[in-house]
Amino acid sequence: MTQKLTYLLGTAFALVPAAAMAQDAAAPGFDEIGPYIMTTLLFLVGGFLVFWMAAGFAMLEAGLVRGKNVAMQLTKNMALFSIAGIMYWLVGFNLMYPGEFNGYIGGFFNPTVLEPVGLAAADASLDYASVASDFFFQLMFVAATASIVSGALAERIKLWPFLAFVVVLTGFMYPISGSWQWGGGFLSEMGFSDFAGSTVVHSVGGWAALAGAIVLGPRLGKYKDGRTVPMPGSNLALATLGTFILWLGWFGFNGGSQLAAGTVGDITDVGRIFANTNMAASAGAVTALILTQLIYKKVDLTMVLNGALAGLVSITAEPLAPSLFGSLWIGAVGGVIVVFAVPMLDKFKIDDVVGAIPVHLIAGIWGTIAVVFYNAETSLVTQLTGILAYGVFTFVVSLVFWLILKATIGIRVSEEAEINGLDMAELGMEAYPEFSKG
Amino acid sequence: MLQVQSASVWGLRERDIKVKLIIATIKPYKLEEVREALTAIGVRGMMVSEIKGFGAQSGHTEIYRGAEYAVNFVPKIKLEIAVPEDMADSIVDTITKTARTGKIGDGKIFVLDLAQAVRVRTGETGPDAL
Repeated sequence: MTQKLTYLLGTAFALVPAAAMAQDAAAPGFDEIGPYIMTTLLFLVGGFLVFWMAAGFAMLEAGLVRGKNVAMQLTKNMALFSIAGIMYWLVGFNLMYPGEFNGYIGGFFNPTVLEPVGLAAADASLDYASVASDFFFQLMFVAATASIVSGALAERIKLWPFLAFVVVLTGFMYPISGSWQWGGGFLSEMGFSDFAGSTVVHSVGGWAALAGAIVLGPRLGKYKDGRTVPMPGSNLALATLGTFILWLGWFGFNGGSQLAAGTVGDITDVGRIFANTNMAASAGAVTALILTQLIYKKVDLTMVLNGALAGLVSITAEPLAPSLFGSLWIGAVGGVIVVFAVPMLDKFKIDDVVGAIPVHLIAGIWGTIAVVFYNAETSLVTQLTGILAYGVFTFVVSLVFWLILKATIGIRVSEEAEINGLDMAELGMEAYPEFSKG
Repeated sequence: MLQVQSASVWGLRERDIKVKLIIATIKPYKLEEVREALTAIGVRGMMVSEIKGFGAQSGHTEIYRGAEYAVNFVPKIKLEIAVPEDMADSIVDTITKTARTGKIGDGKIFVLDLAQAVRVRTGETGPDAL
């Protein structure tokens, strides 16, 4: 014991002169490490805010599905987030940020490696942030994409085929298409602009959900004799809580996407983004509130929730440049989109349980187009090119993968299981065992 | 003749048959008002159930996420009140007055002859049991 301690102390003392010398030679002052620390901090705070959106999606979906499917919906949310966390380490992160690459697809199977413990300032990439914080922050966005899919396909899809899709989406599809823009690929070269991911994150989730909803088909009894049969959600308190959690998380989603916090300009921009993001959500919610009152003579809370989220998705492509008034009208258009797109999807018999396709796909497209109004460096043509590239790639690959899953292991539960509820049929447990069936 | 026969079947004296059962359906929010008005005129007990049903109103429609749906059965409150015959008219009158809004769906009142009433605690029968 004593011997070991002496040895350790000896080693420590032996290192002291070397460390002191290194400090004398190249130790960067606070001016140099300050921005690195601030940006890393932005990623950490932004990252755990975006993480919290997983809770928001889980609560929103738990509230909007019927009582007999709540435990299953929570299981899917828990599983998809965790799978995303592993897949993004294994392939996703380095596929999305490959460094120098051909602009379309980076290197496969290159698991993320963190910095060594106690990184010396001289070895850090002082012009950016720590790799770990960057990985952590970017990872949270993938999970959001997968959550979008789970909401649209709720109440009828089997657990394991859904999770198989999540593996492909979070490990490959999202990172490959994400690299086109955020990894310095061909769309970013072209001048496409998507600040925090109206297209890169939200519409990708929406396209995957749309393909899934088409292949999967509507819930039993949803469309009868040319009419849409409403299936009211089990708990609007949870749905509302989920929406507020998403709203909170969005400050990290958009604010963190400034990707820098080390200068007065950068941190002021982060503040500007927070304020704009909040304004767009408010405008989306108020628009849905007024429109449902006017059209249906009664306010529909679920639409107001969707309206707030559509406002958020709409501002996500450009949350920095617009004025507060700009954010207001961009968000308000998101609210209009939701109120009209939800019944429109029902006309096509596309059953989207939580309104994920109007909120994330259609408002995402709108937000990406709206960039041209406030960002002079963008053009409508490049914005539309980007929207189309993500749409074609994600929709087609998703469609093929859903069809393969359908033809092989099957993606839909049996009629009996669907009527009895996925909680009992697939899990053998219920979210609310002491209440009657919903 | 029939009355007497049934009275003897139940082991009743003839005068005991004068008990009425009033069944009333009202709008749920009117329950408290009706209860107060009835206790004010001396009603000492009633049975209350939450029910669903339809009448002339025959349901209505609501909208959820842009899709219209029919609410075929409307929530109502059902009152059952057993009373001596001489009180029946004033009770019907009181319920009619207090539960009325003038709009469709105010409810219905039915008055039935009651064959027997027994107080479980004492075994009293007829009006004494009320």
